[in-house]
Amino acid sequence: MMIALPILFPLFMAVLLLMNRSHNYQKVVGIAGSLFTFGIALALFVTVQRCGIQVLQAGGWEAPYGITLVVDKLSALMLLISGFIGVAVAVYAASFVPSALISGRFYLFFHSLMMGVNGAFITGDVFNLYVWFEVMLMSSFVLITLGSKRIQLKGGIKYLSMNLLASLFFLAGIGLLYGKTGTLNMAHLADILRNDSHPLLMNTSAMLFFVGFGIKAAVFPFFFWLPSSYYTPPVAITAFFAALLTKVGVYAMIRFFTLFFVQDPIFWHNLLLAIAGLTMLIGGMAAASQYEIRQILSFHIISQIGYMIFGLGVFTPLAIAGAVYFMIHNMLAKTNTFLIAGLIHRMRGTYQLKSMGGLYKSYPLLAVLFLIPAFALAGVPPLPGFFGKLFLIKAGFEAGRFLVSGVAVVTGILTLFSMIKIWNEAFFKQSPTEIHEECQHEKLRFAELLPSIMLASGTLALGLGAGYLYDFFIEMGEQLLDSTQYINLVLNK
Amino acid sequence: MEMELMLALLIGILFTVGVYLLLRRSVLKLVLGIIFIGNAINLIIFVASGLVAGKPPFVTGQEPEPEMADPLPQALILTAIVISFGIVAFTLALKYKYFSLTNTDDLDQLTETENE
Repeated sequence: MMIALPILFPLFMAVLLLMNRSHNYQKVVGIAGSLFTFGIALALFVTVQRCGIQVLQAGGWEAPYGITLVVDKLSALMLLISGFIGVAVAVYAASFVPSALISGRFYLFFHSLMMGVNGAFITGDVFNLYVWFEVMLMSSFVLITLGSKRIQLKGGIKYLSMNLLASLFFLAGIGLLYGKTGTLNMAHLADILRNDSHPLLMNTSAMLFFVGFGIKAAVFPFFFWLPSSYYTPPVAITAFFAALLTKVGVYAMIRFFTLFFVQDPIFWHNLLLAIAGLTMLIGGMAAASQYEIRQILSFHIISQIGYMIFGLGVFTPLAIAGAVYFMIHNMLAKTNTFLIAGLIHRMRGTYQLKSMGGLYKSYPLLAVLFLIPAFALAGVPPLPGFFGKLFLIKAGFEAGRFLVSGVAVVTGILTLFSMIKIWNEAFFKQSPTEIHEECQHEKLRFAELLPSIMLASGTLALGLGAGYLYDFFIEMGEQLLDSTQYINLVLNK
Repeated sequence: MEMELMLALLIGILFTVGVYLLLRRSVLKLVLGIIFIGNAINLIIFVASGLVAGKPPFVTGQEPEPEMADPLPQALILTAIVISFGIVAFTLALKYKYFSLTNTDDLDQLTETENE
């Protein structure tokens, strides 16, 4: 029963938030709800660590007939981290989302988005995954256009049309997959497809899924919707999206291509690696050419997605472990950099790097808070970005994938460049002569810094504890690559 | 067999129309395009899982009959229709908002505006 809680609880919160429009009620219930969601995820994580994979057959219908909910190590970890980020963003939003939008039910859609994301991490059924994707998408559509500024509507329409197309590809893949195998339960599919002798027949479905998830994860040929829409809503919403939405796409890809699309490894691994290399490089170069903080960070999301796909393409336990480790690190650090971009905007009244400066002198604490996630993203030891890249590149070299590993190294340098650019322009450079009057003496309150401090300590813990966490991640990689346990538990063999 | 072919052709036509509409600059046509493609994909699910003519998708007597239509794809399509209904309602509301703010239906009109 506990497995269903990460879905049911946010739903309950959404209902509670419908009751009263008052500003304070929304804030208190919204933040408390995110704390409880995190608590549930934590309890579930501990259970999975102690007792192994947890399975729930919804409604008592045995797999493969009913909908199965499964929490293995990867799902539990993703739940935990998204819950943690949920808390940080909920606290941050209380002081940064305009109060008209908070009364306009920001927190309601926040929790329904959380429900969709959690559902996608937990489900063990392909069609059910589609449904959670739609729950997530609907909430994100509302969030991205919340407030209905012109620029938001423009970005929102791009975001909406691309993501709807992605869902349709996904749905077409489901149709073909069901036609070929007669089942949509992931474990049952894995059981059937592991010994499948017609890889070519499965590749049509696999490709439709790949395109669907690829658009959502913003990999190379499909990424253009992300930088043109992510910078439009209030920054708390952007930060939340940056942490969760693309990562759900990557999660689904990891799940599908480790569990059941494993019949034609040569073709798929080469394709994934080619896409990964191009995603990393093009995202990195585009980020280096921008001068608007949110744009730099948006392009930078794309380049980091490339690393995760790279890990999936190398397909060894170390590589998968590296990909997941990198994903976790990225969720923490990327959200944090967006939150800090919001703080900078409050100080200076702009997101343009050219008209900023002098922040290091005026707000040293803010500078330190920026340095941690920024250097983590750039891959400076002992922060987690360094270890993530180390695992991935080591795995890449061991598997003989030299070219794409080289690209990963080069992209690391590009990332360092764009982070140093933000640092120099916003923090180190002389303060501009004219700062917007109303922003000049703005003091930062502790409640505004708290989310960044939380996320930064998460990043530090992930980096400094990399040695201790190594075994956990390797076990997770092995669990993902050896699906026997998963299949047996779900199908009750 | 003929039915499959007919439906396959229909899916092709729906896709063509959908893609054409998607590539227009008008927001309304974009919404229509998505509806067309969505319907084409519902038909894909229907055809891909095998057509059984004249047999109901449920057990009529005590025992399941050997030639029975598969109820699952119908349930899937029904879910997909409900979801797309919600999405279309939202996109139309968005389109209305877009029109009332910009007085245009054209997506490209806004490329050079607003740099904050």
